[in-house]
Amino acid sequence: MTEDKSIVSAPFRPKLEAVRDEDPRDRGGNRQPLLIVNQLRKYFPIRGGIFNHRRGEVRAVDSVSFSVLKGETLGIVGESGCGKSTLARLLMHLIPCDTGEQIFDGEAVGELRGLSLRELRRNMQMVFQDSSSSLNPRLPVEQSIAYGPRVHGMARAEAKAVARDLLDKVGLRPELFGSRYPHELSGGQKQRINIARALALNPRMLILDEAVSALDKSVQAQVLNLLRYLKRHLNLTYVFISHDLSVVQYISDRVLVMYLGEVVEIGPVDAIYTAPKHPYTAALLRSRLNLNPAERLAEAPLSGDPPNPINPPSGCRFRTRCNFAEAVCADRSPALGEHTNRSAHRAACHMVHADSGHSLSGRAASVEGAHGQRN
Amino acid sequence: MTDVISTDAPALRHGLSAPDIKVRSYLQTVTHRLRHDPVTLFFLAVILIIALAAICAPWIAPFDPNKTGTLYRLKPIGFRGFILGTDELGRDMLSRLIYGARTSLVMGLTPVVLATVIGGTLGVTAGFHGGRVNMCIMRIVDVFYAFPSVLLAVAISGTMGGGIQNGLIALTLVFIPPLCRIAETTTTQVRSLDFVEAARASGASSASIIIHHVLANAAAPLFIYASSLISVAILLAAGLSFLGLGVEPPTADWGMMLSNLRQAIYVQPLVCALPGVAIFITSLSFNLVSDGLRQAMDVRA
Amino acid sequence: MASVTEPATPLVRVSDLTVRFVSRDATVQAVDGVSFDLMPGEVLCVIGESGSGKSVTLRALMQLLPPKRTRIGGAITFNGTDILALDERRMQRIRGSKIAMVFQEPMTALDPVYTIGDQIAETVIWHEGVSRAVARARALDLLKMVRIPSPERRLNNYPHELSGGLRQRAMIAVALSCHPQLLLADEPTTALDATVQIQVLILLRKLQQEIGMGVIFVTHDLGVAAQIADKVAVMYAGRIVEYGSVQDVLMQPRHPYTLGMLASTVDGQSRDRDISAIPGSPPDMRRVPPGCSFAPRCAAAIVACTAVAPAESSVGQGHMVRCIRAEEPGGASRRTMAGVS
Repeated sequence: MTEDKSIVSAPFRPKLEAVRDEDPRDRGGNRQPLLIVNQLRKYFPIRGGIFNHRRGEVRAVDSVSFSVLKGETLGIVGESGCGKSTLARLLMHLIPCDTGEQIFDGEAVGELRGLSLRELRRNMQMVFQDSSSSLNPRLPVEQSIAYGPRVHGMARAEAKAVARDLLDKVGLRPELFGSRYPHELSGGQKQRINIARALALNPRMLILDEAVSALDKSVQAQVLNLLRYLKRHLNLTYVFISHDLSVVQYISDRVLVMYLGEVVEIGPVDAIYTAPKHPYTAALLRSRLNLNPAERLAEAPLSGDPPNPINPPSGCRFRTRCNFAEAVCADRSPALGEHTNRSAHRAACHMVHADSGHSLSGRAASVEGAHGQRN
Repeated sequence: MTDVISTDAPALRHGLSAPDIKVRSYLQTVTHRLRHDPVTLFFLAVILIIALAAICAPWIAPFDPNKTGTLYRLKPIGFRGFILGTDELGRDMLSRLIYGARTSLVMGLTPVVLATVIGGTLGVTAGFHGGRVNMCIMRIVDVFYAFPSVLLAVAISGTMGGGIQNGLIALTLVFIPPLCRIAETTTTQVRSLDFVEAARASGASSASIIIHHVLANAAAPLFIYASSLISVAILLAAGLSFLGLGVEPPTADWGMMLSNLRQAIYVQPLVCALPGVAIFITSLSFNLVSDGLRQAMDVRA
Repeated sequence: MASVTEPATPLVRVSDLTVRFVSRDATVQAVDGVSFDLMPGEVLCVIGESGSGKSVTLRALMQLLPPKRTRIGGAITFNGTDILALDERRMQRIRGSKIAMVFQEPMTALDPVYTIGDQIAETVIWHEGVSRAVARARALDLLKMVRIPSPERRLNNYPHELSGGLRQRAMIAVALSCHPQLLLADEPTTALDATVQIQVLILLRKLQQEIGMGVIFVTHDLGVAAQIADKVAVMYAGRIVEYGSVQDVLMQPRHPYTLGMLASTVDGQSRDRDISAIPGSPPDMRRVPPGCSFAPRCAAAIVACTAVAPAESSVGQGHMVRCIRAEEPGGASRRTMAGVS
């Protein structure tokens, strides 16, 4: 147990609580990642013409593979069009994937001998972005929370008790807030209800899709604190999807960066934020706005807009905006590399891999180093 | 932990109370709004009076509506105990109007209720499943939609022969398409909302989602539209009777009364206009009440 | 750009602006006594959360608020002209030509059935009465100025054919078409990705310096203010609670709300500790309690805070704060930091 703790906590999270052995739902043990995703792909067809035939396709998610380890928070960042929202829905099986497999705690999802969808839904839940449509406007929030347990067979009175207990856990007094309607609540309160609803089925993993993006900054901080508290006390694993780099840095243990449907970089949060390996990640991090007016940016780190996901560039999809693009980048798509290890830091870039044919390959440890090489 | 206490607690620290939102259920909110809407309340009362009169017709009608009297044909208002005059066969107008209310209300409400149930079910099914099912149902409905409602009602009723039953069937068929369309549109909208996705994510079956989430949200627009159709139904029913395709004589019916009294308009104009006035008032009342309900039932504050 | 002797006439002078929205149910005091000056060529960032009144203030400057429901008090002067006294016809002359506005969502702010070139040309023709050819040439120049690639082709594109960042640039081009003296921006970069946002902000700053126009930029993001502002005004519940140069307000804030916002900004926060969050939520503007509107959420509040709304007090060169405890030795700042974190 102590041995596991040291592996889990070194080198970057000395205060992380390891997953307790007594968790009755745990089937695969500590080393088993809670979720493994393999070669997930989703192309959306574009239909047009008289017979609505398939004219092209939007490559929303293209051969994405990663793992989520028990007890960690995996942050997924990317800009619009990178496919992270589609990825969230693929993970939750809200939309069917074209190819790919998911393995939850050692059991394949959807297979005959593995985990059924219904069982998966008891283990994995999603918190949506706060919007006017995230809660049923005609139900008191108590009933919205109790709906999940009722679907799985719980009696009405018991489900109501569960709902009230959850309201308490997310910081809303049940007597005061239970019978209110969504339009009577503020954004932060609605988001707490969203979290409570996701927790109603006692899941082991929460997928948070831009869960705090629509909130005011001051309320955002409250909800993030709540999420941290809940994670510690309910033994949860988070997949936190956001476009906000600072929020992801604060809450994540590992970070996955997506660009145009592919994973371009994955690794521990500190490594990624201090020494990014992929040019896109570096540009993204440099685009963050500093709170010190003396440190204003004079030049934008990245020019242009992301290209079309309908016809992405051949080879490496980032090459059209990359300062280091060479011929090999158009020929071959760079591989990400093995990354189930908790401390592995990988980037899908020819510069990172030795013998890739890129003039700077293998010699630059980080993109800053590559800048040095060039000059 | 400070972040887990209820969010309005810090306000109390300084002796200030948090803004007080009274917790009201949806039904209470609707009732509260209705209570403060005088126009709607007034016309609601009118409808209730008409309905009561129709129900209690045997007890409150002063005369037998079918008893003719050739001596007293087309007498004016107030003539010897006939409070509203008599028609072309000497029957008491007031009694016939009261009994006519029965027919009109039945012919107005029944088709709408039936069409709401049938059209609503079809629409929700089409909207929820989308794809081919949607295409099938909606294209068939569109065929019916292509005809103007009056012509359609007349055509169906005429083909089946006249009579109340066929008239009801015709009117129901006429009203199914618009109600189906409304149900389909709202269901399609609601289906793509986040909370429906969340319901699916919790493992609910389609039936459960439809019943608990979709129906509640789609029902309100459907109900409001249906209530606005009642006034149309009353008019159409009167029209059918006017053309001789509705009730059979001697049953009292406002439309038929209008038709029969047409020639006598130069003799006793006021009396002849009375059935028309009755149709107008009833139709208008339903229309305004449905409007008021629509405003009161709006979920947003 | 610090100026030693400031020019005497401000471009915009707002004095004690109040805006109330009256309706059947309630009266909302959206703006409650806002005053500030804007010099020509200066960028003012108005920071606030939802409900603070920042967007309403902006729209009041162009008289864009619904006339029936709105009651405006106070004075707004633009280049010496009293804005609130102008009738609609004269206001239309000013809108688009002297004062221009850029909105948050370019898809709804640009007409989807006209090409970009047509929309820019239309504004120019309407205000300056030149021929179509001259207007199209000007449109091309503007597209080049906002750095849209292949501008000749883009002139004939419709808004939906452009990406979000390009649309925002196109909207800026429309706004700048008649060389306005004042640009009002209502959260134009909020909906954009980080890499596009920084491009648009740098562009705006460059253009503003080239043309020499004043800019009032409304945002909820402190980072945006740090990037482009000269002066910053922090609004809360309809009042300006702190005002000063961007260095003063962001690096040496004195109002507990500003301090709280900075402390709760998730940026370089230590991961082991909770973020110091401001408790509670912004007040309901239909029922404003007496006294300082931030008092219910303020860790440094004392009883006197709830009695009377605090007046403006100066805590430095051009640095104003509305807090009765701001001038204490050590300031409310230290107290709040201790209480909040």
